[in-house]
Amino acid sequence: MLDLINVSYDTQIPNNVGLSSDKRVLKALEKWHPGYINWWSDLIPQNFQQSLVYLRTAVSVDPKGWAKFDYVKMPEYRWGILLAPEVEDRRIPCGEHAGQPAWQEVPGEYRNMLKRLIVIQGDTEPASVEQQRFLALSAPSLYDMRNLFQVNVEEGRHLWAMVYLLQKYFGKDGREEADDLLRRSSGSEEAPRMLGAFNEETPDWLSFFMFTYFTDRDGKMQLESLAQSGFDPLSRTCRFMLTEEAHHMFVGETGVGRTIERTCQIMTENGITDPYDIDKIRAFGVIDLPTIQKKLNLHYTLSLDLFGQEVSTNAANAFNAGIKGRYMEHRLTDDHMLKNDTYPVWDFEDGKLVRKDAPALTAINMRLRDDYTRDAAGGVGRWNKLIAKSGVEFEMKLPHESFHRQIGVFAGKPFDPAGNLLSQDEYDAKATEWLPTKADGDFIQSLMTPVSEPGKYASWISPPKVGIDNKPGDFEYVKLYMA
Amino acid sequence: MTKSIDFQTDPSQYHHWRVSYDGPIATLFMDVDENAGLFEGYQLKLNSYDLGVDIELADIVQRMRFEHPEVKVVVMTSGKDKVFCAGANIRMLGGASHAHKVNFCKFTNETRNTYEAAEADSGQKYIAAIKGACAGGGYELALACNHIMLTDDSSSAVSLPEVPLLAVLPGTGGLTRVTDKRKMRRDLADVFCSLEEGVKGKRAVKWRLVDEVIANSKFDAVVAERAREFATASDKATGTGIALTPLSKTIGADGSLQYSLVEVAVDRKAGKATLTLSGPDSEVPASLEALHAQGDQGYLLRLARELDDAILHLRFNEMELGLLVFRTQGDPQAFLAHEAFLMDNRSDWLANEILAYWKRLLKRIDVTSRSMVALVEHGSCFAGILAELLWSVDRSYMMEDEFEGDNRPIAAITLSDANFGAFPMGNALTRLQTRFLGEPEAVDALAERRGEALEAEEAEESGLVTEIFDDIDWDDEIRIFMEERASFSPDALTGMEANLRFAGPETMETRIFGRLTAWQNWIFNRPNATGPDGALQRYGSGVRGDYAQERV
Ligand SMILES: [Fe+2]
Ligand SMILES: [Fe+2]
Repeated sequence: MLDLINVSYDTQIPNNVGLSSDKRVLKALEKWHPGYINWWSDLIPQNFQQSLVYLRTAVSVDPKGWAKFDYVKMPEYRWGILLAPEVEDRRIPCGEHAGQPAWQEVPGEYRNMLKRLIVIQGDTEPASVEQQRFLALSAPSLYDMRNLFQVNVEEGRHLWAMVYLLQKYFGKDGREEADDLLRRSSGSEEAPRMLGAFNEETPDWLSFFMFTYFTDRDGKMQLESLAQSGFDPLSRTCRFMLTEEAHHMFVGETGVGRTIERTCQIMTENGITDPYDIDKIRAFGVIDLPTIQKKLNLHYTLSLDLFGQEVSTNAANAFNAGIKGRYMEHRLTDDHMLKNDTYPVWDFEDGKLVRKDAPALTAINMRLRDDYTRDAAGGVGRWNKLIAKSGVEFEMKLPHESFHRQIGVFAGKPFDPAGNLLSQDEYDAKATEWLPTKADGDFIQSLMTPVSEPGKYASWISPPKVGIDNKPGDFEYVKLYMA
Repeated sequence: MTKSIDFQTDPSQYHHWRVSYDGPIATLFMDVDENAGLFEGYQLKLNSYDLGVDIELADIVQRMRFEHPEVKVVVMTSGKDKVFCAGANIRMLGGASHAHKVNFCKFTNETRNTYEAAEADSGQKYIAAIKGACAGGGYELALACNHIMLTDDSSSAVSLPEVPLLAVLPGTGGLTRVTDKRKMRRDLADVFCSLEEGVKGKRAVKWRLVDEVIANSKFDAVVAERAREFATASDKATGTGIALTPLSKTIGADGSLQYSLVEVAVDRKAGKATLTLSGPDSEVPASLEALHAQGDQGYLLRLARELDDAILHLRFNEMELGLLVFRTQGDPQAFLAHEAFLMDNRSDWLANEILAYWKRLLKRIDVTSRSMVALVEHGSCFAGILAELLWSVDRSYMMEDEFEGDNRPIAAITLSDANFGAFPMGNALTRLQTRFLGEPEAVDALAERRGEALEAEEAEESGLVTEIFDDIDWDDEIRIFMEERASFSPDALTGMEANLRFAGPETMETRIFGRLTAWQNWIFNRPNATGPDGALQRYGSGVRGDYAQERV
């Protein structure tokens, strides 16, 4: 009997899926592993590869103690394959097969659909590591550097998780797809990553924090809906990934929060009351709040695009097949089939925005995006509390979802952040107030000087309230390798 | 119409036909018992036919080949006065399910093709001797004969009245044969196919509808004389026939079938039937005498008869088994030895008939409207004729390398002379030529490798199989292929497969099974034919069909 709580280290790959007795998958994974290590080594700058990083490693799926912390060289990190424990008698939660026993093997009729979903999810995991590959060179502290690497190694593990599914359940095709996940690369002309947002570089640390807050949250919503899959191994994989994903969003939320906090602190200390007194604020080496708002506008709207078309037959098919559920499907009280239900979807009529009822089955993307927006609003509220507490008068806002969109009904239309449709000229005249300019980017870049002394932080960001693993303020999160 | 249809019969059970033998000449009397229809609800008046009549005809044609090799000419005529044959029974068609109609047409077409090809394949020539009305399917029976004689009694006529009368097509090859085989001018054919009463006398000859018209008083004598002439001119190899005895066949409670060499396992839930063919269970006959002595118990003949029966059974009685899986198990070298014995002795009538039967059988598989897949497993014997199955089916999967705990001989495919001409498809190309239409040199290259046991990698490399899978992937990939197949629309699959199977040139045969049949099946689904006010339903009521005028 396989011990599902205590991970077996009897093979090269920590896992709770009985790998050592599954010769075929073990063989496939061991074949894939060297390519992965090469990918990792080519990616992260060499001196960081040799450094000792205080990382958590997933060693179990027990909610009470699934990770342990220790110094580790990243190439020696043990990327494991961990699935949340099997729920006894789990049923397919939605769609036309709702109520039937969950699939333990890939149902042939949905094989291609499932494979596509897993490949798309899998493609985003290494992509973000690629996008963030140079950030360590300008880390504002060892604490932040460690967080970056933590996110990176866990995205790497998420890639492993998807590769495991491909190799275990999708045969020859699956193995080819697993290889292709390493062949594509963010920003590459030859073979770019599948989704546009994952081909943009993450140029600075504020972008990184915004990315982990907004874009990883898209990842979270996708994982949440895949966690509701009737294909049980996918569901279990995604449920465990979500425990790690929470930390990524924590890094994003606290990173943006600490940036805001530092700005507000400098403003109050120097008696600056007008948040738009930008030059004066920037002169103190912090990022003014309006610029942070612009970064928020950018990352939020790029992330909204990741949800695809509001009305989508692909999404409907996946839901109806029981391959992908809705956010918190198990807590919803409808029939889980959406045979006759409707859902209000944004539409664009006579120059006006209207919500119109569409068949709920085709509006799965819209619904997930609405859930996302609600979820994303929480952190924004907490940032505003920090600002209010400092006495500065300013409020961060999520822009209207029609603003700055490339996909869906709003695509390419000149809406302002409040959701008013402007003429293209009006929009162009104001765009620099809403989205970061090159000058904004240059300014942020100018602040990105590395700080590598334990307990010290760059000028533009506050220290965290508590350390990782409750470590004290001057803890050396990364023992840098000096060549 | 849900009763199980048995394709095995023998002369003692015939209701509808009589045969008299006179040396090299046999006379086939169609004398349909109107009260012996295969199903309830219709009478087979005026020598009209249903599937039961055609099953008997198919049996006669088959026995003519094997039991009566001395016969060189077969005269097909009517046992009734004033009517040769009125065609397929309209009430039967009106009451039959769409699926049955389609299957019925396919089977009748196959039977027509069989006796039509008898002259070229083995020197048995069919003459249609027509007295009385010869309408629709009746004329199609005659069209498939190699010589048509019509009496000139001022009333006997040949006709294809389906369009004006029934709002369907002369679908048993009728439309195709008038232009393709009889080479009738197409505008005259248009006129002919619109004339309910048909064409008689001299005009029938002029229009190429028949080969000769003969004064009624002399008709029987001229027919007899013609038969003798043809028989004398024939150089058909003859001998003493063998008996086609009943097949050993048991049907399991779950619908599975067990023959001596063929096993059909049924998985109803998955909608699939797995046909496993066994390699030789006996030595190669030591001599031609031995082959004749074995008769219908000889390996390759027995295998063909069993497989043929299984395919027909699945077609008619198991409509919901949408996937046919072909497996073989046995010694490929032994199989090739049996095959080579026949191929080397084609001048012997029996060896020739057995091979010609395989040609027909493989064609029958080609046009079977089910998804078909071949699994080349370890221990299999896809060699020579059996390898043809790999290119008859829609896809083939092959085991690669050793499988844990499986000590059967490693899967291999062996080509032989049989794969390079003796077993053409309906399009007149070999299956390999059809498969490699874009690279004929690939066929030449394969011809060089006859006799080599090609293992998975080579087989895949040379395009003989769709995919190869090793121990790690086999079970999953096969399962997933089957599940995916089962999830597709059976109609779309039937259409897709039928289109993909017959690349290359058109022949009369491909036109019959492709074009004519597809159109007919479409018409069978349209209200103008089969709706409550359609012509098939109203036939005999005195009221004509009420047609929707929209052209589609
Ligand atoms: Fe991730
Ligand atoms: Fe993440």
